[in-house]
Order: sequence, then structure tokens, then C-alpha cells
Amino acid sequence: MTTHAARNDLAFRIAIASGKGGTGKTFVATNLFYSLLKQNIPVTLADCDAEGPNDAIFFPGRPVRSLPVTRRTPVIDERICTFCGKCRQFCSFHAIFMLPVSRVIRCMDELCHGCGACLYACDAGAISEKEVQMGELNVFSVTRTARIVESRMQPGFPSPVTLIKAAIREAGHANTPLPGHSVLPGHTVLLDAPPGIGCPFVQTVSLADYVILVTEPTPFGLSDLKQSVECLQTMEKPFGVVLNRAGTGNDGVNEYLDKEGFPLLMEIPFEREIAFNYARGRLVCKSWPGFQHALVKMHELIRRTYGNGHHQR
Amino acid sequence: METAIISGKGGTGKSCIAAAFASLLNPVVLADCDVETANLFLLFDPLPEETQVFIGGRSAHIDGTLCTNCGLCMEYCRYDAVYLSDGQVAIDEANCEGCGLCSRVCPRQAIAMVDNDKSRLYSGSFRHGQMIYARLAPGEDNSGKLVGLVREKASALALDKQIEDILIDGPPGIGCPVMSAITGVDRVVIVTEPSMSGLLDLQRLLEVVNGFGPSTWVILNKHDLHPAMARRIESFCRKSGIAIAGKLPFDPLVPEAMVHCKSIIEWAPHSGVARELKKIWNTITNQTDNNLWKHKTRVSTPD
Ligand code: SF4
Ligand code: SF4
Repeated sequence: MTTHAARNDLAFRIAIASGKGGTGKTFVATNLFYSLLKQNIPVTLADCDAEGPNDAIFFPGRPVRSLPVTRRTPVIDERICTFCGKCRQFCSFHAIFMLPVSRVIRCMDELCHGCGACLYACDAGAISEKEVQMGELNVFSVTRTARIVESRMQPGFPSPVTLIKAAIREAGHANTPLPGHSVLPGHTVLLDAPPGIGCPFVQTVSLADYVILVTEPTPFGLSDLKQSVECLQTMEKPFGVVLNRAGTGNDGVNEYLDKEGFPLLMEIPFEREIAFNYARGRLVCKSWPGFQHALVKMHELIRRTYGNGHHQR
Repeated sequence: METAIISGKGGTGKSCIAAAFASLLNPVVLADCDVETANLFLLFDPLPEETQVFIGGRSAHIDGTLCTNCGLCMEYCRYDAVYLSDGQVAIDEANCEGCGLCSRVCPRQAIAMVDNDKSRLYSGSFRHGQMIYARLAPGEDNSGKLVGLVREKASALALDKQIEDILIDGPPGIGCPVMSAITGVDRVVIVTEPSMSGLLDLQRLLEVVNGFGPSTWVILNKHDLHPAMARRIESFCRKSGIAIAGKLPFDPLVPEAMVHCKSIIEWAPHSGVARELKKIWNTITNQTDNNLWKHKTRVSTPD
């Protein structure tokens, strides 16, 4: 499974992912973002968890703009419809609701993926399309070189994938252009990936140049890690692992990484203090220079090894 | 009685609490509906007695020998899933949503829609009763449907084995899988933690749960990590008319139990957390039995 979506930005995308939530994915993403912006490294954080975006809470940013994201949805004219049922047959998502006897036909928005198959199916010309808003992108400016792009889906849509793609595209262009450049060359885009391993997760990591997997030293963490690794390997994505709450739990994750030869990028020790600060919405790395330094070093290493953005596939 | 444990985002300790309740209820039918990242089987090591294939949507496959590279499919696809690779039309699996339009428009019938059949549903017995869990293959769709299937199987097993209690470990988020997990249950238990995102998640979840009508309870986990925020969540619950079933302190014994593949009830039955969990379970069951359906929830705006 590989992706070949057209790229026209010069950014280097690092996805921060973990199978299940709560292992510290957002913790790593927000602290990495802060550490890079402190170094004046141009960076954009794209919050791809469109069903529950949280990243912006950590940064008092200035809202720059808000962009609606729309999707096409069919409108069926009951006066023209012959109730032949072809559209229903063509719809793979069972989104067409039809009662021929009472002459009722409509599209159920919460099931519709906006694929256009029904439009193609209808010979009577009863179907047209309209744009509906499925969510929005909110762009925040944190410093001159650091921005956040937040994707936020409205409830009642079946899949946030369109929104995620839009957010990642926007993030590639969101930073202040340098004179003579349409975009800032080689700036880093961090993708805070959605939880789980479904379509939203796959879509996000498929658009990344490198993936940081965050896990914790427990049997749950190890099982989730293995599952994510399996998925990334079929996509041929380079990745490394950050072990959160190191020192608690057991050695399962370390043994697994050793055995398979996967890189352990960083171990974040467990301290009650960290949990306290995080719960309070504080950025731990602000008062912990060592952590900040380690994050910057980790970023440097990834960029040195895996390229400087603009590369043709 | 069907009880669903949900939490909005992950990491609130939902699965650990579900595991604890499962060990209190003996026997129980435990339905792990967190199908994208099923975990409870690691703790309870069930004996898989039955395996079922689950079809998680479809994806397009091109037969290169039939394709003439006319590019019609590329024109119609709205997901950028059809692209040219060295002049040859190809499908990008990560982008394909499985709508099947390309296979419909292809004049040479070169595109076939193939079922995604890597996901599995397992059921079997474990030390506290029966267990159903699933593994959704990466990128496969319809996790809401799979949740529904897990629940169906759970009800069938409960009937078959004459087990009264069904415990559902719910999926994260507020989307379709969660709704599948709580539709028609008798009780919903929401696990939250004292942080800003915990509160926001709780509010979002209540909007979903409201409308469903079961009795709803909140467990405030790790409340001592941020007492001020814990109080804020408590007052929010009071205002919204949601009962707090109990509060649990942050205790390293919980992850320790997990590392040893035990629930906290099994690992440290006399610990404070275990005792509190027993109390919480009693509160929930007694109250629910007395005034089932009277306990309506109401969502108010955050303070
Ligand atoms: S646009 Fe696609 S998903 Fe929506 S109703 Fe038409 S065929 Fe179904
Ligand atoms: S294909 Fe067109 S005419 Fe036939 S049922 Fe659908 S909308 Fe009506």
C-alpha cells in the first residue's frame, strides 16, 4: 500500500501517531512544535484529529483565517425521478433512501461519501449536486514562523478524510513565504494523527514523509505498536519510536525494538510532575530544557536522514 | 443488563475500568467494541472458540492486461485515488474510498471491486465468562458496523450461556462507532479525567449520549492530578444533571496490574482503587435498577 498523491509543496511532513489514544501522541506533538518554534525553525502543526482537535488549546495563537471545507452531495428532484432505482444500486454506501410507491427519494447525508456515483447512474437527469459544509480549517499564528492548522469536522458526516487531506495541504502552504518563494522551502509540518488504525489514520500517515510512533511500556502499548508498525511497513513508511512513561511497566517494547532493529528515538521518563503539568494544559518542555533540547535533536536527526522536504516521488 | 463504558478520547483508563468491572461480575459477557485497537484480550487471554470474517468495505483493483489507459476513471474519481505510474493507470489504496465509480465507468471492465476481508471477529471463554473481540485491519472501513456485529454476538452468547450481564468496552471518539456501541444499552458509564481536553470531550460525548435515553454515569479518573479541574468537571456534571458514580485517584498500581495482565481487582483486591471501583459498581447497579429510564440527562453549556 503506497500513496502517490501529487505534492506541490516544499514541506517535510512528520506524522506523530499511536494506535490507541492516551499514549502521549498529542503530548509529543505539542512539545515538539514548541521546541522547534523556540529555535525559530519554521514549523506548522496540523491537527488531523478532526473529530476531537485539541492541539490549539496549548498555544495562545492569533486566529489567522478559517476556511470552510465542503463536500458535494446529491439533490434528487422527485418530479423528474422515474424511481428506476439505478442510483440506489450504484451507491456503495447505502445512502439513497427510496419509497417508490409514495414517490419519496432522498440522499441521507450522514451516510453519503459524495462520490458522485448516483449522479453518473441517473439517466433521467433527476440528480444534481450541491456543496455542503462538512467542517472547517482554522489557521492560527503562534509566532512569525510557527502556525497551527486545525481540522474540525461537524458531527453527522461519515468520514473526516476529505478534511484531513485539506488540512495537510493547507499546512504545507500555511507558513509565511520568504521573498522569492511561493512557500517556505523545507519547513517542517507536524501531523498530529487521528487515533485508531482506520481510514483517517491511514490517510494521515500515507501523506507523511516520516512517522514517529508514540507508545508506552505496557502490554497494551506493545500490542498497539506492533499493529501500527505492520501498517506502516505495508505502506513502506520510514518510522521511529518514542517511548513515553519509560521506567514504568515492563521491558516488552524495548525487547521488541531491539529484536526487530527498529529505531528508538527517545525515552521520556515517567514523573508525576509531568502528568500534573500536562493535565493543567501546560507545555512540559517549557520548564524542562533537557526535554526541549532532546526534541530539537531528534528533529534534526530525522531531517538529516530523511531529507529536506522537496523531493520527487 | 447491558452496560457500555466509553470515554471520548483514549487514555482515560476506560479499558482498565472495564476490566475491573468484568472481574467483579462473574460471569459476564465482555464485548470489546474498541475494534480498532482491541486490548482486553491481552489481559484476559480468552480461548478463541469461533472466528468470523468481517468485510470492511471494498477497494478497486485494476487488471493491467485489460486497461487501455484511457484515463476515464481518473476523471471521475473524486478522491485522487487513480494516478499514472509510468504511463500506466494505477490505484492508490490509501486514497480509495471504495465507492466503485471507476469500475462502473470503465469501458473495458478492467477494474474490479474487491472485498476487504482482513478483519476478524473472535469469541470464546475467559476466566470471568465469555468474551467477544475483533481486529479491524488497518485502513478498513465500517468500524461502526463491526461494533454492531460484536454486540449482536454478545447478546447471542448471553442468551445461549444464560449470562445476565453484558459489559461493553466502547470505542473512542464521538462518531458512528460510539453510537453503535451505546444504542439500546441500559447504562452508559463515561470515564473522564481532569484536564481541559477531558472536559471538552465529556461535553461532546454528552451531546451524543443525550438522545439515547439510558441512565448515564460519570467516573472521574485520576482526579487528584488536577483538583481544580476535577471540581470544574464535577460542577459541570451537577449542572447538566449527570450523576458522578465516583472518583478514582491516580495510582501506579493500575498500570502495574496491567503489566501483569491482571485487572486491578485481581491484582490488588484490597487496594484503595479496587475498593472504590467496587463501590462505584454498586452505586451504578443499585440506582439503575431502581429508577431505570427516570434518569434523563440534560446537557448544559460549559461554565
Ligand atoms: S454521492 Fe455517492 S455516496 Fe452519495 S448518495 Fe451518491 S452514490 Fe451514494
Ligand atoms: S437513477 Fe435517477 S431516475 Fe432512477 S431512481 Fe435514481 S434518481 Fe430516480
